[in-house]
Amino acid sequence: MSAALSQRLVRPDLDTLMPFLGAGILVVAAGVVFPQILGANYLLQQLQIAAFLGVLATGATIVILLGHIDLSVPWTLSGAAILSTALVGSGDPVLSALAMPAGLLFGAAIGLINGLGVAFLRIPSMVWTLAVNSMLLGLAVLNTGGFNPRGEASDAMVFLATGSVLGIPASFLTWMVLVALLGLVMTRTGFGRYLRSAGFNEKATFLSGVGTPGVICLAFATAGACSALGGILLAGYANQAYQSMGDPFLLPTIAAVVIGGTSILGGRGGLLGTIGGAVFITLLTSILSIMQIQESWRNIIFGAIILAMLLFQSLRKRGAA
Amino acid sequence: MTESPILEMKQVSKRYGATTALEKVTFSCVPSEIHAVLGENGAGKSTLMKLMAGVIRPSEGDIIVDGAPVTFASPSDAARLGIICIFQELSLVPDLNVRANLLMSAPGSGLFRLDTSILAQAQQLLERVGCGHIRMNARVGDLSLADQQVVEIVKGLVKKPRLLILDESTSALNTTVVERVFELVRAERDLGVSVLFISHRFHEIEALADRISVFRNGRLVDTFDNGAHTYSEIIDKMVGQPIDDLFPPKPDITSRGDGEVVLQTDNLAISDALDGISLTLRKGQITGLGGLDGQGQTTILKALFGLMRGVEGTIAVAGEVTAIPSPAVAKNPGIGIAYIPEDRKTEGLIQSQSILENLELPGIGNPGKQPEGGDTFTPWLDRLELKHGGLELPVSSLSGGNQQKVVLSKWLALAPRVLLLADPTRGIDVKTKTQIYQMLRQLADEGTAILLLTTDYEELIHLCDTAHIVYGGRVVAELTGEDITGQNIIAASMNVGVAEAGHA
Amino acid sequence: MLDYVRSNRREMIAAIVLIVLLAYYLITHPRGPSTYVMTIWANQCLILALAAAAQFFAVVVRGIDLSVGAIMALANTLASHLLDGSGISIVFGIAAVIAMGAACGLLNGLLIVFGRLQAIVVTLATASIFVGLALLLRPTPGGQINYDLADAMTLDVLGIPTAIVITVALIVCFWLPLRRTGLGLGIYAVGSSEQAAFQSGLNVVLIKVVSYTLAGVFAALAGLYYGFVTTTGDAGIAATFTLNSIAAAVLGGVLLRGGVGTLVGAFAGAFILKTIASLMFFSGIPSLAQPLFEGLILAAAIVIGGADVLRVRDKLEVFAR
Repeated sequence: MSAALSQRLVRPDLDTLMPFLGAGILVVAAGVVFPQILGANYLLQQLQIAAFLGVLATGATIVILLGHIDLSVPWTLSGAAILSTALVGSGDPVLSALAMPAGLLFGAAIGLINGLGVAFLRIPSMVWTLAVNSMLLGLAVLNTGGFNPRGEASDAMVFLATGSVLGIPASFLTWMVLVALLGLVMTRTGFGRYLRSAGFNEKATFLSGVGTPGVICLAFATAGACSALGGILLAGYANQAYQSMGDPFLLPTIAAVVIGGTSILGGRGGLLGTIGGAVFITLLTSILSIMQIQESWRNIIFGAIILAMLLFQSLRKRGAA
Repeated sequence: MTESPILEMKQVSKRYGATTALEKVTFSCVPSEIHAVLGENGAGKSTLMKLMAGVIRPSEGDIIVDGAPVTFASPSDAARLGIICIFQELSLVPDLNVRANLLMSAPGSGLFRLDTSILAQAQQLLERVGCGHIRMNARVGDLSLADQQVVEIVKGLVKKPRLLILDESTSALNTTVVERVFELVRAERDLGVSVLFISHRFHEIEALADRISVFRNGRLVDTFDNGAHTYSEIIDKMVGQPIDDLFPPKPDITSRGDGEVVLQTDNLAISDALDGISLTLRKGQITGLGGLDGQGQTTILKALFGLMRGVEGTIAVAGEVTAIPSPAVAKNPGIGIAYIPEDRKTEGLIQSQSILENLELPGIGNPGKQPEGGDTFTPWLDRLELKHGGLELPVSSLSGGNQQKVVLSKWLALAPRVLLLADPTRGIDVKTKTQIYQMLRQLADEGTAILLLTTDYEELIHLCDTAHIVYGGRVVAELTGEDITGQNIIAASMNVGVAEAGHA
Repeated sequence: MLDYVRSNRREMIAAIVLIVLLAYYLITHPRGPSTYVMTIWANQCLILALAAAAQFFAVVVRGIDLSVGAIMALANTLASHLLDGSGISIVFGIAAVIAMGAACGLLNGLLIVFGRLQAIVVTLATASIFVGLALLLRPTPGGQINYDLADAMTLDVLGIPTAIVITVALIVCFWLPLRRTGLGLGIYAVGSSEQAAFQSGLNVVLIKVVSYTLAGVFAALAGLYYGFVTTTGDAGIAATFTLNSIAAAVLGGVLLRGGVGTLVGAFAGAFILKTIASLMFFSGIPSLAQPLFEGLILAAAIVIGGADVLRVRDKLEVFAR
């Protein structure tokens, strides 16, 4: 990889930094009114919570970089949670041990189904992943009978979600390991290059002899596995899987990616910005809650802030052009 | 008699960043005249026309209509003054039918009313050019390129132009239709309309024009009456150098003997699109594919690069029959085919990425690749004389000609056995063309088999060792050496009999 | 004639499917074909049909509107305040709700066109704002809509369900005339090839903004009608309707890439979706399995609709322009 390229990856641009700056401003501004926000306890807890959204958003970043979108996050997440807790709940130690790998595999398989529909049947990703989400919902209802799924989280799952290592939340560490792994793949292998090129222009990438269908399938499978990981963590946090646990996460996931500077059109952006986006959204949600703002105003403020950041991004681009 | 001009351009320039498309052009269009604008690709003809039609605005200078300076915010401003342009890149909406496309831009149509009065006239015009078969209800995207061009022409004529601009509007049309379109254009002129006719095909200009203006490198070189200069004098003005110098010397094919066969197709066919295509590509030879637009030449190239489904017949590479199911397989060192696509901007390159990223893309993960980074490509960029400000700059910052050099370099770095090119010099300036021609001849000499699809007769004549002319999906003529003449090419393109060398 | 069929083949297929499904539904319904059964069915269908129509106006200009459900919720909650009186105040109330829908759509349009932002992220953010406003109006479901009005809108007229009458009226009095105007053609032109539309002298900016405004109007109509059916205001309906409106439009032949599809198609797609759901209800398939079947049928319809891509000979044609 050329020197110029690797330089650009290490030195993040303003778009990537923006959500981090925003998070900092939020903390400082809110900390004036609610001093507990500036405490280590609170901030570490925020990192722990942010990891759940963060893991989902990291997977979503891969798909969005490709110029697509994955709307099957809610029920892939729930499905993996239900599957893993069910395996643990069976009591069999072998199945218990397989709970997490099984969940991740489930996510990857769903992702593969997403990818096949998009790559070969050329169904718009928005439509296909929506349909897949619908089917997963149906499967879950059939499986759990509409009740809360029975099962429990394994000790490992609980630890990952709620434990800490040297004071740092285990969930956050898990997230960071995921980002590091994917980051390596994105920068050191052809996959990362193919992903971005295809995100900008799939036709030209295909004409350069790149197997774009494979890239698409791999990207969606990765996102599916990330959604599954999110579900496993959430199940660990609540010590069970619960009805519609995934629904509240879809829109914040996309928002986290976009605020993080990744273009919804594909090609531009990256994993680092998404970290900032997830942290920012988690902080914003939490602070609005601490301020005891009603749900209605929280929604309005949330939407307004996202719009403001988008407009800011857009104006900057036009100013530079 | 000098009638006052309908439109004048005074010292108009247009710049795109560092590139100057037009430089201080002073030009005028008078009524009752067919004024031809002649020039090589990159001479500025398209820019001139877009300025007049209100698609873009000048960087400098004034555009004056009926004596008063104007600024066009959009094509509708120009249209309101009677300046109608028939675009080369078609202003037709593919998902709507012919009727809707005609109505949408009719002068009386607005956000509410649609002016249906023009439909009767449009139908008459279609029949006058012999295209009454084009149905009003037909979806434009389903029409052939030739039919689309006719619809585009009719669409312009019903707007009652005072200044009619035709920009390479007849590239896919056969002779009969072209002749009838010319009749219509002459009729318009006789009614007082000023016609601006842009082309790089000399025989069309000769048939139609009253006055001719030659552009070169963004400047107006000369304006004169049709007939005042000879063909070679005009070419001289267009190109700035004798045409023979444009092309590298062609080796005498008979004295060299046949090179080793690199790729051979046997009865390649795709239902409805191709039939009985049997080509042989040899080392050291540049094989040309010619004919009117849309006759199947591109399909042949695509079939050889794994871009078509349902391909019957066989393809043999270096003697072995192989299946080529995708570009990824085609570019494999075992087969080694490279394809330079028609549209370099959207198919050949990824505009938003850097020059280096574009260069590297096909070669990522290729076994036996040379050292990473710009060094792999420098030899090729140097051979093509590509001057750039840094490989990390976005490829969109380069001119059309330079972008094409990047496309070539990225593929040549893989050392392909066969190089397929789809009209590589379309829309490129003369200097770059010469450089590309030199490169192609050198590559051929070094052993690469080259299949060159081109719409430029001169390229077939001066650059290709053999030329296959395609009509209706079949090869209707195979010309070699001295048989490749303008007359033979034109005749074969229209599927008329071909004269042999030795006859007049 | 053949041309008409070919260019409208998706709508033709949707219409045929709908007729078949409806016939099957009426036959298998325990109460048999009757005005009462048809009215209940038609009411449900019309709500979704209006939402799908809203989505049509956004999608046809190559955009999308993820705030359809939110505008519905806002309209519904507003209606539950304004429409509980009688007489003139109701007329003003209805006008106010529609005007609000237009304002929401206008906001979307302006942000997308002048803000140069992508529709998907803008409408995601505005959806949040609109839902927040709806919650302000109705923190919990409640309120009242004038019963007489509601009845008039949701019962039947001479044996034909009012909902059907409304549907036909919208097609005949709004859609068909619209298609004969420059705006009606313009939305297709802009969605199919913005460059060609511009070069042909169309006012692309105006057409896009108006189309998004129309989307807002139809979303408000959907929320209004929802109020007539349920006679209350509920801010929580947003999410389901947004995603279903996309599914319905796509099922009805509206292509996500823009420039293709009709209002009639969107209506048909919505009717088909609702009919399938109703069929499920009475079909004897265990209620737990119904969501799964719905998801499978949606997926199958999408796959069949997209399957002809496998026959395309020039592989480059499947890539977006």
